[in-house]
Amino acid sequence: MSKKRIATVWLDGCSGCHMSFLDMDERLVELFQQADLVYSPLVDLKEFPEGVDITLVEGAVSSEEDLHKIQMVRERTKILVSFGDCAVTGNVPSMRNPFGVNAVLQRAYLENVTLHPQVPREVVPALIEKARPVHEVVKVDVFIPGCPPSAQTIFLVLSDLLADRMPDMAMLTRFGA
Amino acid sequence: MNQPVRVKTLKIDDRDVSGREDETILEIARQNGIFIPTLCNLQGLTPIGACRLCLVEIKGVSRLLPACVTRVEEGMEVYTQSERLQKYRRMVLELLFSERNHICSVCVVNGHCELQSMAQVLGMTHVSVPYRFPRLPVDASHERFVVDHNRCILCTRCVRVCDEIEGAHTWDVMGRGIDSRVITDLNQAWGESETCTSCGKCVNVCPTGALFEKGKPVSERLKKRQFLPYLTMMREERR
Repeated sequence: MSKKRIATVWLDGCSGCHMSFLDMDERLVELFQQADLVYSPLVDLKEFPEGVDITLVEGAVSSEEDLHKIQMVRERTKILVSFGDCAVTGNVPSMRNPFGVNAVLQRAYLENVTLHPQVPREVVPALIEKARPVHEVVKVDVFIPGCPPSAQTIFLVLSDLLADRMPDMAMLTRFGA
Repeated sequence: MNQPVRVKTLKIDDRDVSGREDETILEIARQNGIFIPTLCNLQGLTPIGACRLCLVEIKGVSRLLPACVTRVEEGMEVYTQSERLQKYRRMVLELLFSERNHICSVCVVNGHCELQSMAQVLGMTHVSVPYRFPRLPVDASHERFVVDHNRCILCTRCVRVCDEIEGAHTWDVMGRGIDSRVITDLNQAWGESETCTSCGKCVNVCPTGALFEKGKPVSERLKKRQFLPYLTMMREERR
């Protein structure tokens, strides 16, 4: 049996979910005897490959780049997993939503800045109107709530998915966990 | 007074149970260890059937009925755990989560919130309707307490405890539908309320982080509810 192909992507989140992923410690060895990590912020690959079995998505969809990335990831992934509260609910990135993009940029780049106050418009991707949970943009197959989900939760979910089982999330984690 | 107590026998989830005629399906279920989820209900306060989490199926009745305000009847056959009910309960939770800004990870009651734990218990892992992200105020004008409308689910426990137990009726509900909001006095700042006795009962019955006490770390923001059944019991004895 060929090894399954796992990927992780990082949209608008704090990277805490990826830290929790690394927190699996020696269980990572066990995990990657059954699977290969084919793309991730944790490995040095530039292009998201075709034919990925399981992709964990950290973060909300907040910018034009996130939007583009998640659509491509969805096309190339069999099982898309919303990984952590930002991906599942919008969480902290969504706290800007009631105020609108302009008010947030004003606050962050003009009002609170003394040296060269300016809103960045080049290189960094433009924010979209609202930070959205991933499943409001593309179809999501599995949801792992938690801020961040514990290493044990991630390990059990991935073990289930690698064995073609659907994990029971209620037993493992919750919003804000 | 002193009328003979009538006992009704009925079935809940195919189990034979019995209760006094003035008791509700929810009370009888709880006495028999049958779990029916609730959010607006709180022992010691008048049940109002607002949150709809306790909806149950009754054989021969086409509508779903809230267990907290439905009295037991002879020969009733109640079902509390059907797939349809579980689907509706999760939907109720999803609507509550989508209606305001419930950001569990940064909430003052993260880890001891009834809405949060209910989502886990009922297996609600995500909200399938679009979030509304409304812009809502936080009133911190009171010396000791804060009301954060972002976290309010309009269960009206605060309104009821203030009226029925404390007797102050500082809290009430303003507006209709999606614009409904709990208010103090005539929609005045809580800190300027003339009726509020600062007893803190509303804070302790609030199921979420909508009402909380200032200057306490999150780990100490456990809500204390033991006083409620005790107060009501004392009152009933005196009557």
